[in-house]
Amino acid sequence: MFNILFSLFISFFKIGLFGFGGGYAMISLIQNELKLHGWLSLEEFVNIIAIAEMTPGPIAINSGTYVGFKVSGLAGSIVATIAVVVPSFILVLLLAHFYDRVRGSDYIIRLLLYLRPILIALVFAAAISVARTSIIDFKSIMILLAALFLLHRTRIHPVMIIILAGVSGVFLYG
Amino acid sequence: MQKKAAKLVKLFTIFFRIGLFTFGGGFAMIPLIRREFVDKQGWIDEERFIDAISVTQTVPGAVAINLSIFFGYRLLGLAGAFTAAFAVALPSFLIILGIAAFFNNFSGHPLIDNIFRGIRPAIVALILYGGYQLSKSVKWTGSLVMTTVLALMAVSLLNISPVIIIFIVLLVSFISHLLRAGRIVLDEDRQKPVKEGQDV
Repeated sequence: MFNILFSLFISFFKIGLFGFGGGYAMISLIQNELKLHGWLSLEEFVNIIAIAEMTPGPIAINSGTYVGFKVSGLAGSIVATIAVVVPSFILVLLLAHFYDRVRGSDYIIRLLLYLRPILIALVFAAAISVARTSIIDFKSIMILLAALFLLHRTRIHPVMIIILAGVSGVFLYG
Repeated sequence: MQKKAAKLVKLFTIFFRIGLFTFGGGFAMIPLIRREFVDKQGWIDEERFIDAISVTQTVPGAVAINLSIFFGYRLLGLAGAFTAAFAVALPSFLIILGIAAFFNNFSGHPLIDNIFRGIRPAIVALILYGGYQLSKSVKWTGSLVMTTVLALMAVSLLNISPVIIIFIVLLVSFISHLLRAGRIVLDEDRQKPVKEGQDV
């Protein structure tokens, strides 16, 4: 029990510590940890991303809570959720404290410049790995293309697109 | 003291509400925070608000969490940071806990399985589109494209941990920062007019 909680803490601490850019860029990190420990199948993780999109709150917090609960109940969900926040907490406090000295620093601007292409690569890597278990037949290709079209050409809210996709899943696969 | 407690409660309420109504990622909460902090409470002025948003992005972690910790600390110190972070995370924690319990009972149900079979391709679309939008914010050069493609291949094909890749980037940018800082100092030295009889 203690061992599991400890490795949950370490894993989600790591996700919080290296999760620059938040959101989609963190998916690759989370998935890497899940694969390492075999806590969740990729399909299940994609379901969580879907749930995270439909409920309030960041993906990192949502996955921490869900994975923690799955692996070790309420205690696990508390530990994983706290662990993913702790690195931000420490670093943001430092930042807020030394704010006036750090502001407009040349180094931070350069760091973001170097990091951005990598974060974009991580987002596309996440898309590829999610696609590996999600794009499995002609029907799923149709849903993917329809969703891309709606995202690009209309102003329909992503939550609505997910709901539409769920409904079409019932009709196409039912 | 009484006043600080009241302010903490106010902070908790505001961030709980923000945590409850922020769908679709941290950036969606920025207008909400602005309305509460700049317009309604007058706790921070517009310029500092915009500054804070760009500066919190330099720290890893979810945007929503980082912003809440930052504003909580600037307003009410450590207690404020704790309160704001706890309040903003609490709604999604409770909701996901409920869903996780529900899923333990209902996964494997054919209807739910089919719903998610339909949703998963849409998630691929959302992530792809997110990446596309992010890539519009970059002024692409040949070497940047190369870096991106290499990083993508390293993660997707070679299964290299993203942690390692991010760590390398941090290291490279730090070294380049040191080198650059050194060069600037050297340039300044060179340009300094040397007066006769001055100690060097």
